[in-house]
Amino acid sequence: MSQMPKPDTAELRAKYPGVFERPASARLAMPAMIALALAIFVYGLVDLDFSPSRLIAGIGQLGWITMLMIPPNPGASFPLYMQALGETLSIALLGTTLAALLALPVSLLAARNIIPSNLIRFPVRRFLDSIRGVDTLIWALVWINVVGLGPFAGVLAIMVSDFGAFGKLFSEAIEAADRKQVEGIRASGGNALHEIRFGLLPQVLPVIAGQVLYFIESNTRSATIIGIVGAGGIGLQLAEQIRVLEWQKVSFLILMILIAVAAIDFISSKLRFAIIGQRAVV
Amino acid sequence: MATAVSILPAQQLAVLEDAYRKAVARKRLRGALATAVFCVVLVVAAFGAEVNLRTLFTYFGNFVSYFDRILTLDSGARVWTDPAEWFWGWHKWLRMLGETILISYVGTLTGAVFAFALNFFAAQNTAPGPWVRFIVRRLLEFARTVPGIVFALIFVIAFGLGPMAGVLAIAIHTTGALGKLFAEIVENADMKPVEGIRSTGASWLSCMRFAILPQVSAGYASYALLRFEINVREASVMGFVGAGGIGQELVVAIRKFYYSDVSAILVTIIVTVFIIDISTGWLRGRLFGKETRR
Repeated sequence: MSQMPKPDTAELRAKYPGVFERPASARLAMPAMIALALAIFVYGLVDLDFSPSRLIAGIGQLGWITMLMIPPNPGASFPLYMQALGETLSIALLGTTLAALLALPVSLLAARNIIPSNLIRFPVRRFLDSIRGVDTLIWALVWINVVGLGPFAGVLAIMVSDFGAFGKLFSEAIEAADRKQVEGIRASGGNALHEIRFGLLPQVLPVIAGQVLYFIESNTRSATIIGIVGAGGIGLQLAEQIRVLEWQKVSFLILMILIAVAAIDFISSKLRFAIIGQRAVV
Repeated sequence: MATAVSILPAQQLAVLEDAYRKAVARKRLRGALATAVFCVVLVVAAFGAEVNLRTLFTYFGNFVSYFDRILTLDSGARVWTDPAEWFWGWHKWLRMLGETILISYVGTLTGAVFAFALNFFAAQNTAPGPWVRFIVRRLLEFARTVPGIVFALIFVIAFGLGPMAGVLAIAIHTTGALGKLFAEIVENADMKPVEGIRSTGASWLSCMRFAILPQVSAGYASYALLRFEINVREASVMGFVGAGGIGQELVVAIRKFYYSDVSAILVTIIVTVFIIDISTGWLRGRLFGKETRR
């Protein structure tokens, strides 16, 4: 190291002042932001009644509950649970598919490169945003009011809330598509519909298919919870068993959900790779 | 300027076209088969989920009229004609909304810290050993797969009613979700800086700190902000099971048919989610430029 020529720092400093002396605002921004984040965090802990004693007591309780959960045991209700699980998977699959079918045309309206005018795009986007702003559980409650208790309300709830998410994701996929293919189609005399069909869709369909598969995965999870408010599936059983403190059944149900989700995960990642090749999809 | 397009002799062209048609036909057949299988699965699912189109058509009017009812005040007027009456409980609702946002903030930050601590052990390229990786991955998977509200249901029993159960449920779920995403970012990171630092004899910890972290921190913050957005939505329903936040008010309003309250609370939730969405989107744009925005 000692053989290295000593760099002329003074000269370098004069040449590149920005590298050596960052303005105070740039240096202090990061620590200031961290301090602010921590301050809000501490305020939150105080405001939300966090106290070490409650935390410790709760963790003790949780340990006790976990002990009671072992070993998982369905009792005599195993066939009932299997049926509920089938219901949940059906809800997820059906809800996601319907949502994707409904969202595809709407997402075209929300994409900047298809509809350049803000006049249509803006309301469509805000409409999709407001749908997404309402949680699936709330939609489930609303649909229960409409079609009654049961899995069908769950399908409709998943459909509506995914419709909002898909509309946004699809329109982003469309916006990210390459313009060149579209221009090529236009140059060879295709009309606007041709541009979408032959220029855009081949680019975005694999992305969309990947997203739909991913949502089927994640909706298997969502479909388990909408049962908690009465929209069918395994969540209904789970919520009931938690309320009556049947911990062995609870742990068995959680285990069932985990295995089902892992299986769906495996299948859909295989399918995804088959559709899009080895390219990863977010 | 006209360019001559060379056309192949007919017999050569016929061979090529034939091959092209065959390839396309094979692809179409596969596409049709996949569609058929998918449709069959859908029909089976429809039976499983007790889908009844007649119910839907009979009661679809209810769906529309439900929105009609929640937009009507007790006096029979439309809600927007009398905002003071519509938002009569704004004082209480705003406080609950603040609590909701705090729940998701504290939960997200706690979850992000845990995810940060765990993700290097879960990523393929940085895990110190396959066993550690396997265990951490399964743990994250567990935290991610069990829905937040199920944790909330259990925590309400363990920790008592109130926002604390909601915060912990969100924190655990966030740990699982972010841990996976963070690990994926790390897996996509360039390993050359790690090799450079390891070649100087640095420990595993220094490798992570000086080679990986600078590459991935922007992605981390971006995902954490995105998660915060999602968690605000999640926290808004934590009240359904008694875990604090505005959900408590909402579920009471829905169950007891206080129609105009339902719409008022929904509007406040949607507006809040909008504001959070826009401000985190703006923040992400400011912090990391356009390219890391998702």
